[in-house]
Amino acid sequence: MPDLTPSGQSILRSARGSSHFLRETLGRYYATLCGDLIILLTVTMVAFITVKGLAAFTGPHPLSPLKFLFSSHWQPDADPGEGGPQFGTLAFILGSVSVSGLAVLLAAPLAVAASILISVIAPRAGENFFRPVLELFTGIPSVVYGWVGLSLLVPFIRNQFGGLGFSLLAGGLVLALMILPTITTLATDALQNLPDSLLEGSYALGATRWQTIHRILLPAARPRILIGVTLGMTRAFGEALAVQMVIGNSVRLPDSLLNPMSTITSVITMDMGNTVKGSAWNNALWSMSLLLLAITFGFIVIIKRLGPQDTKNGNHF
Amino acid sequence: MNPSSSPIATITDPIVEVRDLNLYYGTSQALRGISLDIPRKKVTALIGPSGCGKSTFIRCLNRMNDLIDHVRLEGEIKLDGQNIHDGSVDVIALRRRVGMVFQKWNPFPKSIYENVIYGLRVAGVKERTLLDETVEKSLRRAALWDEVKDRLHQSAMGMSGGQMQRLCIARAIAVAPEIILMDEPCSALDPRSTSRIEELIRELQGEYTIIIVTHNMQQAARVSDFTAYFYLGSLIEYGLTKRIFTTPRRKETEDYITGRFG
Amino acid sequence: MATTSDLQSGRPLVQGNHKSAFRNDRIATGIFYAAGIFLVLLLFAFAGYIIYNGRASLNLHFLTTPPLFMQKGGGVGPQLFNSIYLLILASTLSVPLGVGAGIYMAEYARPSRLTRAIRLSLETLSALPSIVVGLFGLLIFINILGWGFSILAGAMALTILNLPVITRVAEESIRNVPPALKEGSLALGATHWQTIWRLILPAATPGILSGVILVTGRIFGEAAALLFTAGMSSPPLNFSDWNPLHYVSPLNPLRPAETLAVYTWKVNSEGLVPDARQIADGSAAVLIITVFLFNFLARYLGKALQKRSRAC
Repeated sequence: MPDLTPSGQSILRSARGSSHFLRETLGRYYATLCGDLIILLTVTMVAFITVKGLAAFTGPHPLSPLKFLFSSHWQPDADPGEGGPQFGTLAFILGSVSVSGLAVLLAAPLAVAASILISVIAPRAGENFFRPVLELFTGIPSVVYGWVGLSLLVPFIRNQFGGLGFSLLAGGLVLALMILPTITTLATDALQNLPDSLLEGSYALGATRWQTIHRILLPAARPRILIGVTLGMTRAFGEALAVQMVIGNSVRLPDSLLNPMSTITSVITMDMGNTVKGSAWNNALWSMSLLLLAITFGFIVIIKRLGPQDTKNGNHF
Repeated sequence: MNPSSSPIATITDPIVEVRDLNLYYGTSQALRGISLDIPRKKVTALIGPSGCGKSTFIRCLNRMNDLIDHVRLEGEIKLDGQNIHDGSVDVIALRRRVGMVFQKWNPFPKSIYENVIYGLRVAGVKERTLLDETVEKSLRRAALWDEVKDRLHQSAMGMSGGQMQRLCIARAIAVAPEIILMDEPCSALDPRSTSRIEELIRELQGEYTIIIVTHNMQQAARVSDFTAYFYLGSLIEYGLTKRIFTTPRRKETEDYITGRFG
Repeated sequence: MATTSDLQSGRPLVQGNHKSAFRNDRIATGIFYAAGIFLVLLLFAFAGYIIYNGRASLNLHFLTTPPLFMQKGGGVGPQLFNSIYLLILASTLSVPLGVGAGIYMAEYARPSRLTRAIRLSLETLSALPSIVVGLFGLLIFINILGWGFSILAGAMALTILNLPVITRVAEESIRNVPPALKEGSLALGATHWQTIWRLILPAATPGILSGVILVTGRIFGEAAALLFTAGMSSPPLNFSDWNPLHYVSPLNPLRPAETLAVYTWKVNSEGLVPDARQIADGSAAVLIITVFLFNFLARYLGKALQKRSRAC
């Protein structure tokens, strides 16, 4: 029988001598290593893309950063006789801004309105029906959104409004649909995380539900709703394939909803595989990648400014 | 503190000696200059109104407060003459010598069997017969064996609250501790389960040193040999339970015991 | 000034435009219902359109045969295989790392500069467009390490995409484990890691598992990160050769591998097959159905495991 009397030298006292290494230290090292790896990965990624992205601005034929950012003259394969290749990306920057801006303009009002239904007006149906459906749709691959845009939306726009159909409008609509579930879920979280006392306090003073929503609840949840909208914008801005499939990919300033154009991501997607490593054209594409990275950082800064992120239902990238 | 009620003098061969213990959570002080000796193989009850520091105090004895950030300790706690905060003390070994039963039973989501031998498993014990024997002996000690012997490998989560609490006591006994700390072990139990646990405590007395925190004075009177009354982080009075409950020397203790507290 | 008679007569103390307030309330409620219902109808119409159009391709022939060149009637067999293979490799790499990092964040991290740096890194990683992750993969694995477009490079890129999500899911699931379990274990003389390994991780498994399955569904449809890592071509595969060292073996980790999502994108832009439209319809349907299945599986497993661990 084991010795359970406390006085004796029980088995455990003898087992005590064995080292902590396997039982504690090794595990803690492993977990810490994984944590450090995340930093290492991020730093490496930023560093490599930065170095590669700056290559175009150095070397024997440096590109002018001002021209790169503020010229819309993009002729990467022009002969020296025609004035040499030109790498102005303004059209693409504006293209990205307008297509993701349009997507947010279309999606955000609908998303916020739906989130009010889910969180305040019909919370039971919200939890049991709307939320699972939204979650289901946040996982749909972007190529599927792109394909529906290409096979349904583009012909529809062509037939209804004329033109090619490939257009800013098509891109904006596809992206709007894509970010709708994300923004709706985050806005719902924002409203649901408000203390019940706000709602009760307002009702107790005789306010109607609508008065409570627009005077109390929406202002209180505003920072977090804006975070959701910004996250949707970030996702739309960085989306490559869905946009590339429907936007037409012509080098053109976004001057009309119905004209084809390009975005930063669509140009990178189209040309990165077709250019020679180290060429001026290829380097310019890497500079655009760096620009994309920098703009993403800008969005992260905005989100951090808006307030602490909710870690419960988390971020929906 | 007046010398006649000095807690230190009355006990010979103490297992735990506490001297001038101060504990701070950040800037607020939770324990104020506690000094007392805990007698070996007796039941000592810590009583006092909630927030008086009695739970905080017993969590010092197995260094569970190490887990909480911003806790600062001053003073000395000796177990068999050795300072438990000494650099050479292995906190894991300390916790095997000083077991603990919590206010709310916390069986692990495992089988009854695995719950009992958890402490042995983490200590690296593998011999099957030894584990089997420990399970039986510990469950018998905890007066649970007859109720669960046919379902040792079923989940512990299907038992009643009182059974789960006795399982937690069996789990603590299985590693053969010298001291068992009980932090209000009956406060979430019905009266029947409570009296079973109290019976159990009386049976374990004489074999283990038991330190029990309770807000139930009848319970303290029923199960303990010594009683310490805590108030606002200070030790007000300490002595033989019989003596404390019949002739308290301090006005505060008398008020508390007679229900004139507050 | 209000008097008793005012109260008794039921006249409101504050004169407000109650009628219009109630009317506005009803209008607003109607608008919110309309918005919610429109949103859901939109999403269902979207999914219905895809599945309806792709219904003809939901057969074994389409799912198992290789694509044809310049001819009708090709399938997506190798692409589907590539997607699954990549998904398995990426999960094998990212789950241990992500759970490790999640353990660190939930159990070991103290408020410090290091912890803040990890938190910021996680936010950055999860905000990065997947095309940027793909470009990073191109730079490191293809250009610098010289692996060529390969399954391995693709799996690494997907791992980078997965890592922040799995870390977050693991951290949250671990934080949700009741602290009483941890205290009980430590009081019995278990070390912190033993407590994590024997109690906390098993208790957190349902949450972690359903999170991992959701992420997995997502990377099944990932394309942008794979264009320049796993590549846009699939060499002829010999499905009877399972030696990973042979070039024609499906398991060879150093061969290029076009996935179903990448193929769906590419088949439109290249137009080398006459039935590109049917193929894209079919692939889109397969993609969306797979993602839905993963979602249901995650939900079901999460609930079932939760129930079991509560019962056991």
